[in-house]
Amino acid sequence: MKFIIERFDPDKDAKPYFKEYDIQLEPTDKMLLDALIRIKSVDDSLALRRSCREGVCGSDAMNINGKNGLACVTKIADLPDVVKLRPLPGLPIIRDLIVDMTQFFKQYHSITPFVINNDPPPEKERLQSPVDRAELDGLYECILCACCSTSCPSFWWNPDKFVGPAGLLAAYRFIADTRDQATNERLDNLEDPYRLFRCHTIMNCVDVCPKGLNPSLAIGKIKEMMVKRGV
Amino acid sequence: MALNVRKFDAVVVGAGGSGLRAALQLSTAGLKTAVLTKVFPTRSHTVAAQGGVGASLGNMGEDSWHWHMYDTVKGSDWLGDQDAIEFMCRTAPEAVIELEHYGMPFDRNDNGTIYQRPFGGHSMNFGEKPVQRSCCAADRTGHAMLHTLYQRNVFANTQFFVEWMALDLIRDAEGAVVGVTALEMETGETMIFHAKATLFATGGAGRIFASSTNALINTGDGAGMAARAGIPLEDMEFWQFHPTGVAGAGVLITEGVRGEGGILLNKDGERFMERYAPTMKDLASRDVVSRAMATEIKDGRGAGPNNDYILLKLDHLGPDVINKRLPGIRESAIKFANVDPVKEPIPVVPTCHYQMGGIPTNYKGEVIVPKGGNPNSVVPGFYAAGECGCASIHGANRLGTNSLTDLLVMGKSAGDSTIAYVKAHGTHRDLPKDAGDYTLSRLNRLETQKSGESVFEVGNAMRQAMQAHCGVFRFPDMLEKGVAKIKEVAERCKHTEIKDKSKVFNTARIEALEQDNLMEVALATMISAEARKESRGAHDRADFKDREGYPNGRDDKEWLRHTLWYKEGNRLDYKPVNLKPLTVETIPPKARVY
Repeated sequence: MKFIIERFDPDKDAKPYFKEYDIQLEPTDKMLLDALIRIKSVDDSLALRRSCREGVCGSDAMNINGKNGLACVTKIADLPDVVKLRPLPGLPIIRDLIVDMTQFFKQYHSITPFVINNDPPPEKERLQSPVDRAELDGLYECILCACCSTSCPSFWWNPDKFVGPAGLLAAYRFIADTRDQATNERLDNLEDPYRLFRCHTIMNCVDVCPKGLNPSLAIGKIKEMMVKRGV
Repeated sequence: MALNVRKFDAVVVGAGGSGLRAALQLSTAGLKTAVLTKVFPTRSHTVAAQGGVGASLGNMGEDSWHWHMYDTVKGSDWLGDQDAIEFMCRTAPEAVIELEHYGMPFDRNDNGTIYQRPFGGHSMNFGEKPVQRSCCAADRTGHAMLHTLYQRNVFANTQFFVEWMALDLIRDAEGAVVGVTALEMETGETMIFHAKATLFATGGAGRIFASSTNALINTGDGAGMAARAGIPLEDMEFWQFHPTGVAGAGVLITEGVRGEGGILLNKDGERFMERYAPTMKDLASRDVVSRAMATEIKDGRGAGPNNDYILLKLDHLGPDVINKRLPGIRESAIKFANVDPVKEPIPVVPTCHYQMGGIPTNYKGEVIVPKGGNPNSVVPGFYAAGECGCASIHGANRLGTNSLTDLLVMGKSAGDSTIAYVKAHGTHRDLPKDAGDYTLSRLNRLETQKSGESVFEVGNAMRQAMQAHCGVFRFPDMLEKGVAKIKEVAERCKHTEIKDKSKVFNTARIEALEQDNLMEVALATMISAEARKESRGAHDRADFKDREGYPNGRDDKEWLRHTLWYKEGNRLDYKPVNLKPLTVETIPPKARVY
C-alpha cells in the first residue's frame, strides 16, 4: 500500500516535503495507526503522536486524504490505495505529523474549563436529575484531539481571537451543567466580536469530529442564550 | 558535560489519574511543583477506564466500606496488605464525592444521586450476592475522571511540563531521592529536576505483553527508573488478564457490560460461568473469569472458525440500555470487531490489562524498601501512587473499579505525605556531583550505537516471550525457559540501534528509552513468576493445582509473602503480607469461591 506523508525536521529541512512509502502490510494491520507503526518499523525517523490506539485519548489526529481524523480509528480497508497524510492544518508544525497545539489549548483554557460553584460543598454529592445530566451528553465526551478546530476556517484565520469549536463545545458543557453557577460570567467571557461570533456555521467541525459530537449545535445554543440575555 | 538544573519543592512524574490527583494536593498547598508528563495529561491511560470507580456510597441499596474491604481482600487472594485495603475502602466514598464536587459528570439515579452498577467480585454482606458499587459515567468513567481532574488542576494553576519524559531517578549517598533527569521531547534537551520530594505516578507497563488492552505509552517508566536506582519491584508476577479484550485487537470491553447483564457464551451457546462460579457467575473476579474462558478455549469450546474466542452477548439488554449505559463499547465493537452488539455478540479473549505489582509503598504512598532488618524502611523523598505503586491494595488480583479508586485515594494520600515531608524539610538535599551522568551515558550509548537490532525487533521478541511463557496459564518448564529467553532479550536490549539521531521530537529515541523500562519490568515479571511455587490470584501454575490444604493451589504456609525483585543480579527477596487492618479484625485466608 502506498502512503505519501508530509515530512519536516526543522533542523534539516527548509520546508516540509512529501515522502512516499510503499509498504507491505500484515493481516493484523487493521487501522491507519497500525500502518504508521509498520512504516516506523522501517523508517524510525517518522514522528507522530499516539497513545490509547482506540480513539479515546485524542493524540493521533492528522489530516488523512484532506480530512482530519484519528489514525487509530480509521480503517485501512476504508482507505483508497494511495493515502496522503499531513499534519493538522493551521497549527505550526514541530516535526512531521506533530503540530504545536499551544494555541488550541490556550483557547480551551480561556473558557474557564471547570465547574464553578461557590456554595460550600455538601457532605454528599450535589444532586442532579437524569434529565439535567443528559444535557451534558454530546458535550463531555470531547477528547481534545483538535480535529474540529483545525478544520475550521474561522480558527485558521483567528486562532488567537476565536475560541474555536472545541473550546466553545467545552464552554457550553459548563454552561449546561446545573451544578455550575457562572453562566453569566461565561457568557460575558464570550461577548466579543471574535471569541464566539466568528463561528459562521460552516459545520466542518461536525463533519470531522471522530466522536460524532456537534460543536455547531452547542455554539448555536450559546448564541441563543446571548440573544435572550440581550433583550 | 553538566546538565542544567531546575529546582522545585516537588516533582510529580506522570499526569494520569493519580498524578493529577496528587498534583492537585501539592498545588493547592502552595508547593512549587513541576508535573512532568510525556503526553498531554488527558492522553494518559486513565482515559481508557470504562466501567466505574468503586465506592460504597450505598446509593442503590445497602452497602458498607467493610464489605468493599472484604471483597478486595478476597479478590487479592489474600496477598493484599489489609491496612492499605482498609484505608482505600474507607476513604473511597469521600474521594468519589470530592470528584463529583469537582464537576465529574456521573450518571444519575432518579433521586439525583450517583448511579452505581454491579461489577465483578463486588458483593453484599461478605460474599453473599452481587452489589451495585461502581460509580460511573456511562462507560467512559476514566475519560470523565481524567478530564475532570485536569480541569481542576487548571483551576489550581498546576505547572505542567508537557511532553517531558523522565529518564532516571537521582539518589544521594544516603539513598534519599533528590529528583529526576528528564528529556524535553520538542527540543531534545535533557535537564535535572532537583526536588525535595519526588512522586511517581507513571502508570503500568502492560505493553510487555503482545496482547494488551493498554495504551502504547504504558511502558513502565517509573518501575524502570526505580529498578535502575536500586529500588526493588514488588509482586511483579501478578498481571491481570482482563476477560474481555476484543479478539485480535486487544481493545477493552468493560466488565460493566456484564454488570449491566451481559453474559459470556462458549461455542455451544452455554453460559459456562455458571459451572465455574455458581454465585457470582459472569461477575466473579477477573482472574477466575479469565481462567474459565481460557479453559473453555483450551478444551475446544471456543467460538469462531478457529474456536479461539468467547462470545460476549448483550443484545438482550436492548438498544436503550446499550445506548445509555454502554455507548462507548458499542462504538469500539463496531470499529474494532466489526459487530454491532445491539444485534450480535462481541468476540473476546482474556487480554493483559493491569499491573498489580510495582514500586513498594505503604498506604501513605511512601516508597519502602528492606533496610537494616526493617522490611518497610521509608526511602526519604520518594513517593509512588496509582498503577506504578504497590501498596499493596490489589495483591494477586485486582477487582474491577478498584484501579480508579486506588488512583484517587493513593494519589491524594501520596500527595499529602509529600506535602508533610516538604514542609518538614526546609532545604533541598545536595545533588550528587555525578547526578545526570548515568542518564547521559544511556543517551550517549544510543547516539553512538551502530549496527544493532532495532527497538521494534527487540520489543517484539520481549512481547512474544512474555505472551508465550508468562500468560494466563503458567507451566514450570515454560517459565524456566522464559527466564533464559527474557534474559537473552535483555542483553539484546543493551545494543539496540536507532537510525534517527535528530534532536527535535525524536520518537525513535523515546521508544528506545521506553524499551529500557519495559525490559526491567519484563525481567522482574518472568523471574518473580518462575520463583513463586504456588498458584495465587492471577498467577496460575499448572504444577500447583487445587488440593487439600492448598485451595486452588495456594500455599499460605510458604507463599503468603510479597516478592521483591532487584535489578542487580536479578536478586529476589521476600517480605511478609500485612494481615492486620487499621481498625477492624483481620480477614483470615480461606478458600476463594465465587
